[in-house]
Amino acid sequence: MTAERTKSLWRGALTIVAVLAIYQAAARSGHFAPALMPPLGVVASTLADSALDGSMFVHAAATLYRVLCGFALAIFTGLPLGVLMGRFRPVENFVLPLASALMPIPSLAWIPVFILWFGLGNTVTILIVFYAALFPLLLNTWSGVRAVNPIWLRAAGAMGATEHALFWKVIIPGASPFIITGLRQSFLRAWVAVIGAEMLAASNFGLGWVIFDAKEFLNADVMLASLVVIGFIGFITERLIFGSLERATIYRWGMARAAKS
Amino acid sequence: MHDVAEVSDFAVTTRTADGPLRRAARNAFPFIVVGALWETVAHAGLFPARFFPPLETIAATFARLTVSGVLPHHALDTIVRLIAGFALAAVFGVAIGVMMGRSRRAEDILLPLVSIGAPIPGLAYAPLFLLWFGPGNVSAVALVAFVSAFPIIYNSWTGVKAVKDIWVRSAHAMGADDRRLFRHVIVPGALPYILTGLRLGLAQAWRILVGIEMLAAVPWGLGWLIFGAQEFLNTDVMLAGIVVIALIGLTLEKLVFQRLEQFTVVRWGMLTS
Repeated sequence: MTAERTKSLWRGALTIVAVLAIYQAAARSGHFAPALMPPLGVVASTLADSALDGSMFVHAAATLYRVLCGFALAIFTGLPLGVLMGRFRPVENFVLPLASALMPIPSLAWIPVFILWFGLGNTVTILIVFYAALFPLLLNTWSGVRAVNPIWLRAAGAMGATEHALFWKVIIPGASPFIITGLRQSFLRAWVAVIGAEMLAASNFGLGWVIFDAKEFLNADVMLASLVVIGFIGFITERLIFGSLERATIYRWGMARAAKS
Repeated sequence: MHDVAEVSDFAVTTRTADGPLRRAARNAFPFIVVGALWETVAHAGLFPARFFPPLETIAATFARLTVSGVLPHHALDTIVRLIAGFALAAVFGVAIGVMMGRSRRAEDILLPLVSIGAPIPGLAYAPLFLLWFGPGNVSAVALVAFVSAFPIIYNSWTGVKAVKDIWVRSAHAMGADDRRLFRHVIVPGALPYILTGLRLGLAQAWRILVGIEMLAAVPWGLGWLIFGAQEFLNTDVMLAGIVVIALIGLTLEKLVFQRLEQFTVVRWGMLTS
């Protein structure tokens, strides 16, 4: 088994090296313009330069600020609204048709409208992120609250739980696998939306803007360097933050099976 | 688009059986409220009518653009791009995923590439594709295909891996050759996962396509229509475009995703019994 694993790792590493080597060979061969296909050394030094002079951190911080603001807004709206929808039929009857009509519209379609309404800048990007992140969270919270086993509710009621205790001790933990799935999907959507919004609602800062701006000047090395940073941040949030969130909550509570999506 | 956790099927709907008329009224009510609010704000003159057109203006624009054939042309181009990109993604995605599931070597070689490429948001690749393939249709379709291939590859791979070993061995023992094994054991066993992958891939393709159309400077397409209307402050055209986008999205959701899901769930039921 371990021998098999080592062999797999070995082959995986070999593939990555091979792909990089092929890219490097193509870049060096002179068949392609170096502006379009810079050699790896150039990409690495661009990345190092932008990290050393701090500009990459400024852009990454701007992107993170926007994504976190929009995501936080989505949490503050989506979670309570989802819970209300799950608990009260009239709220569900009112919100669900609207949500089903708005959900199939990709968030990026709103960018030009929002630019007209709010002007270029952070507001548009944050609102687009909010729109993208809201619906997965809302619908998952709603399903989660509805999926809470009615026996638990009745048992807690029979044992004299107040409405308050019922909410915090039964409904929220019971719905948590759905809520965490929703948070994860929301963040993924938000991460895609923020890059797109930064490209279209250009505001001089942010990783999406850097990539898009680099295209104008044919700086493929800047584009590839920013792609590395974007991939890195996406990977970190997905694996470390949401992975540990799942381990700390639903795995510990023995609900891991329900959390698979 | 449809991303509620898989488990949501257990959330049994216990609706009281209403008449269809009552249900229609209940579903229409929130739209009437929002529509009335919109009208009030639009007519109150808080914002210039240019930026916040009343509903009748949007409806008139919608009708005008539909009759003149502009809107259908844009919509058709968008749909063709969606289908072209998704078809490419489906063919290559399923092929690569199944290959990765069947052969240890293919898995070792391809998995690192897939796991590096997947977490990067699709639109981040857009400028690179535009630089390499030039603006226009080729870039747009290639990017849609590239981006929507990831969930398809991933799910096909998982599906083939999930085919029970004992089925493969018993088929072997009963003398099935590789082709029969593939057609009669592996493909049916992996199908629920593959369908889930296709559903996710199509949803992803749809979400990304509008953004790409704005960036890739294609001559026709709903994304381009909306983005171009911004230059001339034609909010009514933009909102009419969004209505068409919503209609296409809803159709995809109702006709494709829900069908596929029902089919998948049925297969699931069959498999677990």
